[in-house]
Formats: sequence, structure tokens, C-alpha cells
Amino acid sequence: MNEELSAAGRIRWGWFIAWAAVMLLLPMVLEDTHTLTVLTIWSLLALSLGLMWGYAGILSFGHAAYFGLGAYAYAIASINFGESTVALFLAMLVPAMLAAAIGAMMFFGRISDVYLGVITLVVSLILFKFMNATAGDVYRIGDARLGGFNGIPGFPILNVPGFPSMEIWGTPFYYVVAVALLLCYLLSRWILYSTFGRVLLGIRENELRTELLGYNVPLHKTAIFSISAAMAGLAGAFFAMWSEIVTPGLFALGQSAEVIIYVIVGGLGTLVGPMAGAILLGFLKLLLGEQTLIDNSLVMGLILVLAVLLVPSGIAPQLAKFRKRYIDRLFRQRSGSSGRRRRKLGGSGNGKESS
Amino acid sequence: MREPIVDTRELTMRFGGVTAVNNVDFVLREGELRCLIGPNGAGKSTFFKCLTGQYILNADNGRVHICGVDVTGWRPYEIVRLGVGIKTQVPSVMNGLTVYENIWLSARRVRDRRGSDEETRAVLDELDLGPLSRRLVGEMSHGERQIVELGIVLAQRPQLVLLDEPAAGITGSESEKLVTLIHRINENAALIVVDHDMQFVRMLGAEITVFHQGSILIEGHADDVLSDQKVREVYVGNRAA
Ligand SMILES: Nc1ncnc2c1ncn2[C@@H]1O[C@H](COP(=O)(O)OP(=O)(O)OP(=O)(O)O)[C@@H](O)[C@H]1O
Ligand SMILES: [Mg+2]
Repeated sequence: MNEELSAAGRIRWGWFIAWAAVMLLLPMVLEDTHTLTVLTIWSLLALSLGLMWGYAGILSFGHAAYFGLGAYAYAIASINFGESTVALFLAMLVPAMLAAAIGAMMFFGRISDVYLGVITLVVSLILFKFMNATAGDVYRIGDARLGGFNGIPGFPILNVPGFPSMEIWGTPFYYVVAVALLLCYLLSRWILYSTFGRVLLGIRENELRTELLGYNVPLHKTAIFSISAAMAGLAGAFFAMWSEIVTPGLFALGQSAEVIIYVIVGGLGTLVGPMAGAILLGFLKLLLGEQTLIDNSLVMGLILVLAVLLVPSGIAPQLAKFRKRYIDRLFRQRSGSSGRRRRKLGGSGNGKESS
Repeated sequence: MREPIVDTRELTMRFGGVTAVNNVDFVLREGELRCLIGPNGAGKSTFFKCLTGQYILNADNGRVHICGVDVTGWRPYEIVRLGVGIKTQVPSVMNGLTVYENIWLSARRVRDRRGSDEETRAVLDELDLGPLSRRLVGEMSHGERQIVELGIVLAQRPQLVLLDEPAAGITGSESEKLVTLIHRINENAALIVVDHDMQFVRMLGAEITVFHQGSILIEGHADDVLSDQKVREVYVGNRAA
């Protein structure tokens, strides 16, 4: 890898292995992986938005649309197929295709950023409204009834591919989700390393310039939008398996807003930040959910405001800065001591050096 | 005679009531160097934007042929792929990326990864940007960013180069260097250079096209054009010293 190109596409393998080890060893310490699983799922969702927003500069106000769509696609397909493998695939394909269609319309149609935000928002609103209105027997896809406000319960959970009766749940399910997250992280890094990813950075920095270099900007934006939607859809499918029911609430604006907050608080423009943000704030959300005294979204909003004021670049970049400063100081101390040694060895009588 | 590389027929661009470019018939031939001058608001930058698809042209805008191809309805990236490089008036660079990355991304469109690394180093050397290669472009001065943008344009080795006020923010000996560089680019490419600085335009020693209120006022050799009465009137003596 070329040292001159920025770190966006570089994997720090030491950190990665340590992180992977922690994730895979955690179930041995915790007796309950249920919470851990959902936090990992939210991390995956945050990663999908962080990749698109942080590196291509595309903010979707309705990212939950793809999360929800993945969940619904999984539920509907798994009921019809009676197992999870094809359904899991469709849970990525359906959101990816919707995103490709909407993305192509927005990006080739040269719609400005503001309208882009509005459109992504409206898409998730429409899905929310539509799914709410699908009560009754007419709304069914194959064997699956959409169920309106009540959603779809009782679909098959994850099974070993080819063996519908061998279901994966509990800690093994956590491992599947964790490995999926690790793989998606590696995929994201690889994308950022590739020329495709470099062009995305160019688009984020200066869309006109990137186009004037001869790159097909709308195509690149549509592609990353679609990839991000597929990742969100995968997270949605996992969430469906985890909660064993899908409801229109998945499409709710609050859901989209939460992901945006995870990304901002964790650190926009990094991959680790959004995932860390999801884990921290997701955990907090679960804790708050156990009480009724304080309103949940109020706290999230407050955290967002505080984060924007106190750590505007996000937690992950802030930690990186601390680390650098710490290492810098270590380094300076060491070079300082070697300087002292040099003075002792050869610099006797030279008054200038001690000043 | 050499083939036209830019050929516009009745090129027109209107913004509401303003006609920024008005019925322009303009021809630039392969290997030619041309200066485009004219007072503020004459339509020079708009003319460049029409040539590069930054305003997508339709049938009402007249005709533009680049390298012999009609580019009506083309997007910028499609026109650029004909071998066109443009330095915009306001430096258009990728501020959050390093000098190296800016130039590399340009080179990468026409070369493989390794070739892009080699080309990037070559361009850095050519422009004396080597020591700055890891600097973030956003942290550099206006003049430095102009040079980086030139590097971005050069890295694709285009056959048509459009430079909109490359000498802005560049002074003294730097502008002499720039003249040398432009002449060197001209060895392999046709160029149109927009500038206000008559000193600079004289140093380039090229044919001159004068724009005024969206139309071509006069075309010809530097000495003839710069001493022309109409041109002096247009500039009201302020710059045409
Ligand atoms: N996008 C736009 N919308 C409306 N009017 C515009 C637009 N772009 C340019 N104009 C107008 O068109 C005219 C030509 O502008 P242009 O920028 O092409 O001039 P110029 O010759 O490049 O001037 P300068 O030397 O100041 O750069 C001006 O009157 C300007 O106000
Ligand atoms: Mg201009």
C-alpha cells in the first residue's frame, strides 16, 4: 500500500485483531448475549451510515427505511421459503435495489443536498405509513400477512444454510452477527482503499472537481448509497431475528435520527466512531428504557447537543488525538533524555546548549 | 491546417435577462495557445463552463464541438474524457486531501495504480511541489492551491487545457515560472488562458481573443489587440496599460 495515500483505506491489524478478540471473547464473560447482540446490530447499522455519510458526504435522513425494509424483506421471505438463507440475501438485495433506484433518481437528476435530505426522509415516512395501513387479509405477499400496525410475528429465525431445522439463536447467533460486523468493517476498509473509495473521498471534498477529473460522480454516489442500504438491510434482518417480530416502528423517524446521533457522537468521518457510538448510546438507551422517569429521546437529544458542543469531531477522533498526544509526549521525553545524554557526553563548557 | 479542437457555433448562454455568452463563434486548433481577455463580467468563465459541460448545453445554446465531437447534452465527466483539463477561476481542489492525493486521484483516472504513483511524483517534481506532497491542500495559500490545481490538470496529460486566471495570487518570479510552464504544456496540448494581467498576457506571447459583453470583440496578435482603440475603451484605460 502506498504510504502517501491517506489512512482511510488502511487497516491497523493490531487494533483490529484486539477488537475482534474482545468481541468474540465477550460471551465467555457475560452470561447474557441478548443485549450484546442488539448492540452489535446497531453498530452494523451505524457503520452503514458512517461509511456513506462520513466518506462520500451523503447524509440520509431516512436510513431506517433500509433497515426496516431489510427486516420486512427477511420476515416475508423467510415465511415463504421456510428458512433463512435466501431471505437473508433478499434482505440485502431489496434495500439495495430501492436505494439504487432512489439514488439514481436523486444523483443523476442533480438534486441538491437539501432535497436529498427531504427525499430520504419522505421515503421512510411513506414506508412507515404504508406498513401501518397493511392490516387485513388483502395485504399479503405469498404466505406472509403484512399485519399493519401489529407487524409480522412468528417467522423463521436464522438457520444453518441448507438445514432449516438447525436454528441459530442465543450465543451462536451473537457470533454470527459479530462476524458479520467484522466482515462489513473489513469490506468498508477495502472499499476505502480501492479507487472507488478514493473517488468517494474526492466527491466528499469537492464534487465538481471530481466530475471535472472525468469520474462519473452520480454513478459513484448511487453505488455507495446502494451498498450502504444493503448493509443497513442486513442489520435489519438481524434485528428481525433478534426481536422475532417486525413492526412499522422500524421505519419511524426516531430510528433514523438515532443512527445519525450514533454517527455524530461517535465521530463522523471514521468507521470505528459510528460503531462505538452505537454501542455506547445504544446501551444507554436500553438502560433508560427500563425506567419511565426520563424520556428517552430527550436524553438522546441532550447527548447530541453536549457532544456537538464538547467533542465536535466525535469520540473516536478525540480519543485518537489523546493517544497521539500521549505518544508524542513519550517520544518527546525520550528524545529529550537522549539530548541530555548527548550534552553530557560532548557538550561540556558550551553555555549555549543549556539555554 | 491543423484540426480544430474547440469549435463553437453561435454559442449562447443566458441567465434570466443576462446574456453571459452571446453568439460566439470561436475556433481553437490543435497545439494552439490562446489568451482570452475581457473586463469583469465579459463572460469568459461562463464560456469555459459551457465548453466543459458545467452548464449542460441544449439545442438553444448553439453548437460546441470538442475534438470534432458535438457535446450538446454532455455531462462534464464525459467531455473531460475527450482529453480536456480545466483549472477553474476559484481554485477547485479537494481541501481535505493531501497534495499527493489530489494529483493521484487525477492521474488514476487515466492510469493504473502504479502508473498513477509514478505520474504523481513526476507532476510533483515538475511543479516543485515535492516537499509539500503530504500537506493538506486546505491549509495552503491561494497561490499554492492554484499550482496544485495545475498539477491536477497536468496529471491527466489532456490535449486541451483551459486555465481560468492561473496567475491570480501569483507574483513576480512565480509568474515567469508559470509562463514557462504554460509554454511547456503547450508542447503537447492546446490551451486557452484567461487572464486580466496584461503583463502576463504579453509574456505568453499568444494570439488574443477579447470578450466583451458576451461576444468576441476582436481577435489577433498581442500587439495589435492591446493597442486597439476599442479594446482600450472597453477596459477604460484601467488595465490595458
Ligand atoms: N450562474 C449565473 N447566474 C446568473 N448570472 C450569471 C451566472 N454566472 C455568470 N453570470 C453573469 O454572467 C456574466 C458573465 O460572467 P462571467 O463570470 O462569465 O464573467 P467573467 O468574464 O469570467 O468575469 P471575471 O473576469 O470577473 O471573472 C456576468 O454578468 C455574471 O454576473
Ligand atoms: Mg471569470
